[in-house]
Amino acid sequence: MKFGVIVFPGSNCDRDCFYVIKDILKKPVEYIWHQNAEIDDFDCLILPGGFSYGDYLRTGAIARFSPVMKAVFDFAGRGGLVIGICNGFQILLEAGLLPGAMVRNRDIHFICKYVYIKTENSATRFTARCGKSQILRIPIAHNEGNYYIDEKGFAELKRNNQIVFRYCGRKGEVEDRYNPNGAIDSIAGIINRGGNVLGMMPHPERSSEMALGSSDGVLIFKSIIECLEQKKDT
Amino acid sequence: MLKAEIYVKLKDTIADPQGLTVKHALDSLGFKGVDGVRIGRLITIALNLKDRKKAKKDISEMCRKLLSNPIIEEYKFSIKER
Repeated sequence: MKFGVIVFPGSNCDRDCFYVIKDILKKPVEYIWHQNAEIDDFDCLILPGGFSYGDYLRTGAIARFSPVMKAVFDFAGRGGLVIGICNGFQILLEAGLLPGAMVRNRDIHFICKYVYIKTENSATRFTARCGKSQILRIPIAHNEGNYYIDEKGFAELKRNNQIVFRYCGRKGEVEDRYNPNGAIDSIAGIINRGGNVLGMMPHPERSSEMALGSSDGVLIFKSIIECLEQKKDT
Repeated sequence: MLKAEIYVKLKDTIADPQGLTVKHALDSLGFKGVDGVRIGRLITIALNLKDRKKAKKDISEMCRKLLSNPIIEEYKFSIKER
């Protein structure tokens, strides 16, 4: 089992992700520079948070054309697990690996704080370790997290259970006042139809040990590991 | 030689929080005549082309591939002598 953390110029959560996989979960992990058009055999690719290419033009718009993204497309096409966190999610949207797009937060502030999110689908390969409707306390840190998708796309997301996380209150209340950025239907994370590409705005790598105030985020990485271990056994 | 001026803006159906905030600021400055504000971006591209047809084709492709996100944005452009 091997994780790869893709490093774009301007990524700044790459080391946090690397640390969680290597030091907390004790699994092999390597950095992958964005210029690498070909990559080794990995089992899960992480697109970390940050400000790839300075967020110029639109968040993720330029990173999406990095040489490594072709390898990411191929890997995802073969069913490989890909998780995009924050800027990584924005890149996956720009790349079309996930549907929809991000616009500025509705109050035009950069928001950096702990939020609660509700696990709307705990049957994915990224959330199998979360209980049904489990509420996770995970921080967000973004300027463009206001998820948008047209009505048709939204209906499709709902129909296929692709909405994985929604912002909520402490007790799981999904209400507008707990929606930090104006995202449609309080969406915090979605998955592709194939179930192997997840994008989420909250940062599980910043909440994977209690020293940081919450270890809820580690459930996501543990779910991935469990999935990969089961795959190996079969 | 030619240059292109490209305007990219959010679609009218998409809320523009930046424009709304600027509208509030204009309101508070006392401008009574402001009904709405929407903010886009202007991109100018200097081309080393003389053929307008080719320029138009290239710029359209640039807009679709990179300069705008068709899910949330629309664009228009004009091509001029530089």
